[in-house]
Amino acid sequence: MSTTHLTAGFLPLLDSVLLVLAREKGFAEAEGLDLNLVRETSWANIRDKAALGHFDIAQMLAPMPLAASLGLTPLASEMIAPVVCGLGNNAITVSADLWRSMADHGAPGNLAAGPSGAALAKVVAASRRKLRFGVVHQTSSHNYELRYWLAASGIQPDRDIEIVVLPPSLLPDALGSSGLDGYCVGEPWNSIGVATKGAHMVTTKAAIWQSSPDKVIGMRADWAQAQPERVAAIIRAIYRAGEFCADPANHAEIAQIMAKPAYLNAAPDIVGRALSGRFEIGAGAVAQVPDHFIPNASAANFPWKSHALWYYSQMVRWGEVTSSPTNAAIAAACFRPDLYRTALAPLEINVPVLDDKTDGTHDRPYQIAGTRGSLTMGPDQFFDGQVFDPSALDRYIAEQARS
Amino acid sequence: MPIPDLSILIIDENRIRASIIEDGLREAGHARVVVIHDVNEVGRTIADTSPDVVFIDLENPKRDTLEHFFSLSRAIQRPIAMFVDRSESQMIEKAVEAGVSAYVVDGLKKERVKPILDMAISRFNAFAKLTRELEQARSELEDRKIIDQAKGILMKTRGLAEADAYALLRSTAMNQNRRMADIAQSLVTAAELLGP
Repeated sequence: MSTTHLTAGFLPLLDSVLLVLAREKGFAEAEGLDLNLVRETSWANIRDKAALGHFDIAQMLAPMPLAASLGLTPLASEMIAPVVCGLGNNAITVSADLWRSMADHGAPGNLAAGPSGAALAKVVAASRRKLRFGVVHQTSSHNYELRYWLAASGIQPDRDIEIVVLPPSLLPDALGSSGLDGYCVGEPWNSIGVATKGAHMVTTKAAIWQSSPDKVIGMRADWAQAQPERVAAIIRAIYRAGEFCADPANHAEIAQIMAKPAYLNAAPDIVGRALSGRFEIGAGAVAQVPDHFIPNASAANFPWKSHALWYYSQMVRWGEVTSSPTNAAIAAACFRPDLYRTALAPLEINVPVLDDKTDGTHDRPYQIAGTRGSLTMGPDQFFDGQVFDPSALDRYIAEQARS
Repeated sequence: MPIPDLSILIIDENRIRASIIEDGLREAGHARVVVIHDVNEVGRTIADTSPDVVFIDLENPKRDTLEHFFSLSRAIQRPIAMFVDRSESQMIEKAVEAGVSAYVVDGLKKERVKPILDMAISRFNAFAKLTRELEQARSELEDRKIIDQAKGILMKTRGLAEADAYALLRSTAMNQNRRMADIAQSLVTAAELLGP
């Protein structure tokens, strides 16, 4: 098999792990790809260099291909995401001071999203200054998750608190120097905040919305269309990396790989926390979050069109894009389950038959129809009990606008 | 023709590069050039100077912060366009290759911005060339040091004259198709391992 050269951009975050393993464990090579990884310093660079063709593919925030296709970004270009780099991985972390206030107001210290949010609402109401939270990019899953959690807890983002953007690696320092009161970021930057700045983890992405997507492999739509074989090879390599990552027997090795200077440049025991789901959450307390990062189970790599639509609904909610059938169609078209199914068909892997699903109705594992029999999915609840039914998108958007 | 009334903000953590760009813009007749080294200062600076054009280096991890700031900014009422114009793809390519990202207030005529961007790109490239040359000079110096050390070892252990020691290193390097500095390094390492 001939080898094709492929350049991929990534940011130092644990969920670049599938891209890294695709290279380090030979899954890309087995698909005939010579995968060259380039570490970047900002999401804006990832986006622009992907749009300009400096990167063939890149680790991207799930809403990023949508923002590019909807024309929200400076170098608007049609982008697609044919494979998801796992579910979860984010958390919300606050300073020691803010945590003390939250605990005084009844925060439980067990990462539960509802009671933590209620405690924060009381602190915000009593605070004489506006609290400031950090997220990693404007059109990021982090921004939408944090806002969703705040709004459902009775805190109006932008009015009651301030949200600023900082790159992931700078968030712990900003918190430590009192520039921030809290932040929403992927691992290992929550654990690093806890380990080095006395910060406290408050809740997780998995507690706000169970089994929800965060990073994807993004690429230009015209590039993908011109070379379907290469796109299929990428999907298979990422899928294989996800399988490898899902096996606990490999976690120690993976933590060693990700800890290297070229990737996260952090201590293996801190890197390993997100893989094992066993977190030190602050002040010596430990919490077990088994579904914190799901690299492969629960159809974790499948790009649900309904997930793209949920991010779209949040872009509308926060005034970044106007609600219209055309815009909804553009957003849904960015996630490509068709390419995913085609790529995995030769491997005889069980893949969902539908492109959409309803989120928020399952509090325990359930079965869906797959191409090779039934498929087990993890629970998918939102912490506030809401339901996202993609076939009732307009109603969902209208209800959020009223609340 | 330079348009002196345009206000330009440069954000670059590398002070030398920032000053090279600043000098170039001033030479071109732009008097209203402000340089800051930290994005954290950007809020106040933008309120004070309300720049028409902003340059930031691509290595700066706070590009995301800056974009977010622009999207919220009350100082700049209109949305911003990046790299002059979306249709100017060649220009964008050149800017990104050079490592510069430019943010331009929407509505500004691109004829006015293009020469400034051109200047910044060429200065960025000039700086990159300078850095490369400096790196090369430094590594040549290192090479010479290690070769001198290896020569000394050969002279001492084999009783060779300096010219012969040099010739031996060179012929070995040629025979093995390796750099002289690499051969010298192996010799020095071996001597350290085997030495008294």
